[in-house]
Amino acid sequence: MLYIPGNNPAMIQQGGIYGADSILLDLEDAVALNQKDAARTLVRNMFKVTDFYDAEVCVRVNHLSTPFGLADLEEIVPLQPSAIRYPKTESPEEVIELLNIIERIEDRHNLPHNKMTLHAMIETAMGVQNVFNIASKFSRIDAITIGGQDLTADMNIIPTPDGIGIDFARKRIIMAAKASHIDVIDTVFPDVNDEEGLRRETEYAKRIGFTGKAVINPRQIDIVHEVYTPTEEEIRKAYRIVREFRMNSAAGIGVFAIDGKMIDAPIVARAEYLLRLANVTVD
Amino acid sequence: MLNSLGREIPEYMEGIGKLEPFQGALTKLSKGWMDEPTIPAPNKAYLPHQSKLCKTLEEAIIRSNPHNGMTVSFHHHLRNGDILLVQTLTILHNMGIRDITLASSSLNECHDPILPYLKDQTVTKIFSSGIRSELGRAIALGVLDTPVVIHSHGGRVRCIHTGKIQIDLAVIPASAADCEGNATGSHGKSAFGSIGYAVIDARYAKQVIVVTDNLVDFPCIPLSISQNFIDHVVLVDSIGDASKIATGTTRITNSPMDLRIAKLAADVIEHSGFFVPGFAFQVGAGGASLAVAKFIREKMKKKSLKGSFMLGGITSYCVDMLNEGLFETIFDVQSFDAVVSNSLLNNRHHIEIPAALYANPFNCGCITNKIDVVVLGALEIDVDFNVNVITGSEGKIRGASGGHSDTASGAKLTVVVCPSFRGRIPIIKKRVHTIVTPGETVHVLVTERGICVNPAFPELENNLRMAGLNIKEIHDLEIEVDKITGIPAPLEYTDKIVGLVEYRDGTIIDVIHQLKEKEIKI
Repeated sequence: MLYIPGNNPAMIQQGGIYGADSILLDLEDAVALNQKDAARTLVRNMFKVTDFYDAEVCVRVNHLSTPFGLADLEEIVPLQPSAIRYPKTESPEEVIELLNIIERIEDRHNLPHNKMTLHAMIETAMGVQNVFNIASKFSRIDAITIGGQDLTADMNIIPTPDGIGIDFARKRIIMAAKASHIDVIDTVFPDVNDEEGLRRETEYAKRIGFTGKAVINPRQIDIVHEVYTPTEEEIRKAYRIVREFRMNSAAGIGVFAIDGKMIDAPIVARAEYLLRLANVTVD
Repeated sequence: MLNSLGREIPEYMEGIGKLEPFQGALTKLSKGWMDEPTIPAPNKAYLPHQSKLCKTLEEAIIRSNPHNGMTVSFHHHLRNGDILLVQTLTILHNMGIRDITLASSSLNECHDPILPYLKDQTVTKIFSSGIRSELGRAIALGVLDTPVVIHSHGGRVRCIHTGKIQIDLAVIPASAADCEGNATGSHGKSAFGSIGYAVIDARYAKQVIVVTDNLVDFPCIPLSISQNFIDHVVLVDSIGDASKIATGTTRITNSPMDLRIAKLAADVIEHSGFFVPGFAFQVGAGGASLAVAKFIREKMKKKSLKGSFMLGGITSYCVDMLNEGLFETIFDVQSFDAVVSNSLLNNRHHIEIPAALYANPFNCGCITNKIDVVVLGALEIDVDFNVNVITGSEGKIRGASGGHSDTASGAKLTVVVCPSFRGRIPIIKKRVHTIVTPGETVHVLVTERGICVNPAFPELENNLRMAGLNIKEIHDLEIEVDKITGIPAPLEYTDKIVGLVEYRDGTIIDVIHQLKEKEIKI
């Protein structure tokens, strides 16, 4: 997911060319206070005319407690982007308030309530504490994300390259997402020149369960893709597992072995997930 | 008369002579010889122990028989740090010499101070591979009565062989030289690497002055330029601005757009069918073009693939790839940074070559004929894949033909990389302002918004589609980009021709018309 400042027309115009799976047009932290109105208008207009190719487009609005949040929703909801990303989500009550406003706007524009989804950003200690209730109770929330910079600020700790200060938060958020069967996206890696650091952090994010990672520069996209794209060897192995599982199932055999290793339902499920990621079907 | 690309070419041009229209990239070469006769090199004799040293550049020029109507040549290896071209023309101007033909292998921004000499007719004709900045603006507006001739690097050698450019005086800056004129650019405080473009000047000029700020004991090694062609040697305090000649190492761009284009270009190369052991490779020195080398380097390492040679303008990045064993050899006609000079001096697999060996089409085989893959930039490209690298969207002359058409002609795969628009100006046109490289020698265009394959190469297109690359028809991409930018209003020109663009074989591929004054707003 590529962050693009909502007040930068050139970057918005080129947003779709870099191969990101999704684009986040940001009206919140990337935009200075005196640029908020201009950014909102720019995003509204460019969303209508810009070809983002295959990328899904989300918009991060300002929090409703700011003077900009409601105005953002009034302009953005009628556009029906793939998702609205809501910052600093701390409680289910906030989400209810947000959804009520969104649905009122949708009703005024004769728009359905089930097309555009919500991404809840967890960026405070309170949000981390409440994350399961946020992630699990709303059908429109199809992803939660962690905002590392704001979270460390809220915790009064200094961000470190090993991310140790937010490690508990990361894992708690992941568990909430997994329990709710929704996506969970890792925070950005701020040093755009540290390719190895980005690779390490992305590999870690993948290992502990994040389904994707946000980036702040197009140069970071390929590394994230490289980490998340299954290798040819992984795909071959998964293909073999699924194929042999189906053959054995047809023969009434539940558990079987490949190269001496037992294959059971969880391994098959993991293999099927990997093949879905790789867009590979088993004949 | 029309050439084979449909461009109107005059049959005769005052001050230049009879013109021959372009008829196809290989049409003239396929004969196996050049129709035009070659002229003999000058006949000279020096007495034993006769001194060639002159105290000043002015003294050397005086001893070189300066006269009205003379042709003076320079190389551009000092890039934007050159000061000797301006100094030489100032001396000639102060001596009252008029009607000079300037034959510099290229002209840069640092040469803007000669503009008054064009206005007062000290200089009345120019042959060059590139013209930029204020000179390019003034020439586009018609400051000279006779059109400038834009040639390629290989074409310049042919021009000199055939006498189209008859050099009376060649001024050759060198970063090291001895008292006999043996000279090189590979060491010294002003080292600039290869001096390959000047070799033909030394061979054919009636008078040759080597100018150096580093007079070394005899003999100066290596003998990039050898003493048997040199008339005069001058020691000066400085041959140029060292900070603009060659510094440090060339860095790969950080521009996400350039990197995106470069990555796509590298994917194209990988799946083209030409990315095989022993492949020969050339990339440009800037922007997306150089960045392609970064991705090709990674792909070569991943596949343990070793290439044959790299050619052309050489950067530290090429040197790194040589040192890593990814290529066997570098053929270096022009070097772009300080690291390259060290390598040229110390690595026997890094070979300095003259422009004739690099790209002259009329010999028994220049090295551009051996290229498998070349990556080139473009100011504009049209739907027939013709490329403009000389005139900007505002009509100014602001670029260089350089080795563009030479390498495109020789390569099995010519990849043009450029953004689909710059600023608000679309780069893909129905018709480019000026054709420098014919579309028949361009295989693929790579932009950030898609890859277009020349329909003349269906097998290549098939290979790339099979690899899952985002192939678009060039007309579709043109329409897509026009929707973003709009279509700019056409520029207005007069009937006066201010530039002739010569293809490497000496035919005229296009002309540049005088821009109406109102078009220049800067």
